[in-house]
Amino acid sequence: MLASLRPRGAGWLVLPAAVLLLLFFAVPISWLLAASVSYPQLGLQNFAALYEKTIYLRVLGNTVVISGVTTFWCAIIGYPLAFTMANGSPRVRRALVFIILIPFWTSLLVRTFAWMVLLQKQGLINDLLMSAGLIDSPVALIYNRLGVYIGMVQVLLPFMIFPLYSVMVRIDKSYSQAAATLGAPPIRNFFRIYLPLSLPGVLSGASLVFISALGYYITPALLGGPADMMIAQMIEKQISQFGNWGLAGALAVVLLVGTGVSLAIVHRVLGVRAGWRRA
Amino acid sequence: MISGARYGGELFWSRLRAVICILAVLYLVAPLIIVLIISFSSAPFLTFPPPGFSMQWYQNLFGDPTWFGSLLTSVKILVPTAIIATAIGTAASYGLARSNFIGKPLVTGFLMAPMVVPVIIVAIGVFGVFRKVGLFGNLSGLIIAHTVLTVPYVVATVSAALTVVDQRLEQAAMTLGATPLVTFRRITLPLILPAILSGLLFAMVISFDELVVSLFISTPTVRPVTVQMWSNIRGAVDPTIAAVATIIFLFSLLALVADIIARKRTRLES
Repeated sequence: MLASLRPRGAGWLVLPAAVLLLLFFAVPISWLLAASVSYPQLGLQNFAALYEKTIYLRVLGNTVVISGVTTFWCAIIGYPLAFTMANGSPRVRRALVFIILIPFWTSLLVRTFAWMVLLQKQGLINDLLMSAGLIDSPVALIYNRLGVYIGMVQVLLPFMIFPLYSVMVRIDKSYSQAAATLGAPPIRNFFRIYLPLSLPGVLSGASLVFISALGYYITPALLGGPADMMIAQMIEKQISQFGNWGLAGALAVVLLVGTGVSLAIVHRVLGVRAGWRRA
Repeated sequence: MISGARYGGELFWSRLRAVICILAVLYLVAPLIIVLIISFSSAPFLTFPPPGFSMQWYQNLFGDPTWFGSLLTSVKILVPTAIIATAIGTAASYGLARSNFIGKPLVTGFLMAPMVVPVIIVAIGVFGVFRKVGLFGNLSGLIIAHTVLTVPYVVATVSAALTVVDQRLEQAAMTLGATPLVTFRRITLPLILPAILSGLLFAMVISFDELVVSLFISTPTVRPVTVQMWSNIRGAVDPTIAAVATIIFLFSLLALVADIIARKRTRLES
């Protein structure tokens, strides 16, 4: 009955945004994806080239490994931070939320540049390590895999922390208290009670980090070396150096499919998990 | 009640957690603080701690027509981008929240897509198409591209606010004879205004920070500040670039604080 009082004609308000995205987002992307099978001529030659040349397989391997390792470290560092946010005093919580929002809102380029300054040969980290007597001469912290990891983990950490936090604040503390009352030592209590309850948060955070990392361009381009090239850099290179729209399109298809498949897996895992928890 | 051993174990774990948290917070924020400090350095290279204080890199930045021009270009892009994205994003959110049509979930997903599709794919596609239709190397092209990238953030923020608004208030207004437009202006708009402002701020920050798409569709004459920074970042770097980074950082920080204040005020009012 009340539904009839709803403004019925509101649906058309979607149109301006939808048309804008159709023309300037969907059309350009479809055009690029179509180039994968139509440039320079119709056929699957671009996908064949991806499969045949080892360099492309290596770049794909790099992309998966770097995204995976980044996700792992984000979880390791993000978990205790999210735990402290969820279980600390309101003051601690507010301070931590603010501190994690700062990098979340700050330009990726600026954050990556900050790491370039810190990690360079005469940078602060090398100075600190040398004055601490841990190393005798500056070590290479940048333009290699280590630099990529240091930068990527920092850049993506907020994407791990916020989903984790939102799950952890909803965990009923009485479960852990009950286990403690029944004599479970803290470590077992954590692994048997808290960790399983927070796992959906870990999974959704990990999927966000992994999926974002797959397509990253700026951070690996500035902090990595030639051996650390990821798929986004390869796509950029095909256009700016070779003008090869076909290969760029094929790589874009691979990246999009990879992103889509990861998303689908996560939805399935999280969906199954949610069902299991409800039962 | 609590045995000594267990208490000691808990103390160890909470201490360890505190140490990890402090290190993680340093890891997240310290690099930005250090760049901020270096931008006021008196030394002509990026060294820390700086040997002395000077404003020369900021003078350099605002005196240099290339740097200052690129900052102006960024502002010329972000203002229209934020206004357009907020207007059409808010309209779309309202349309989605207050109507039912076939394929609504699909349209919602489509409006969110620019958030999920890797930006390099958007950049290359946009580059390929925009240069054929006269949107390459000019402000219009950059504004359109940035609007595409920021609309999803406005839709996400405003849609979240609209689900919280009690629809009975709108229904009551309309029962009393208010037209949909009056109802929106007098009832809905005041309730979702903080979210709209939040979306606006977010759109401004994202446009100001955007690099990858701009990299492909800008030229040396129309070049936003992030692209200018990118083209200087690997060369002989002097603290001018740290000053630019600091300005971009402080802009985000300002927007973040404004956003927090806006949210706090809604909570107090409701």
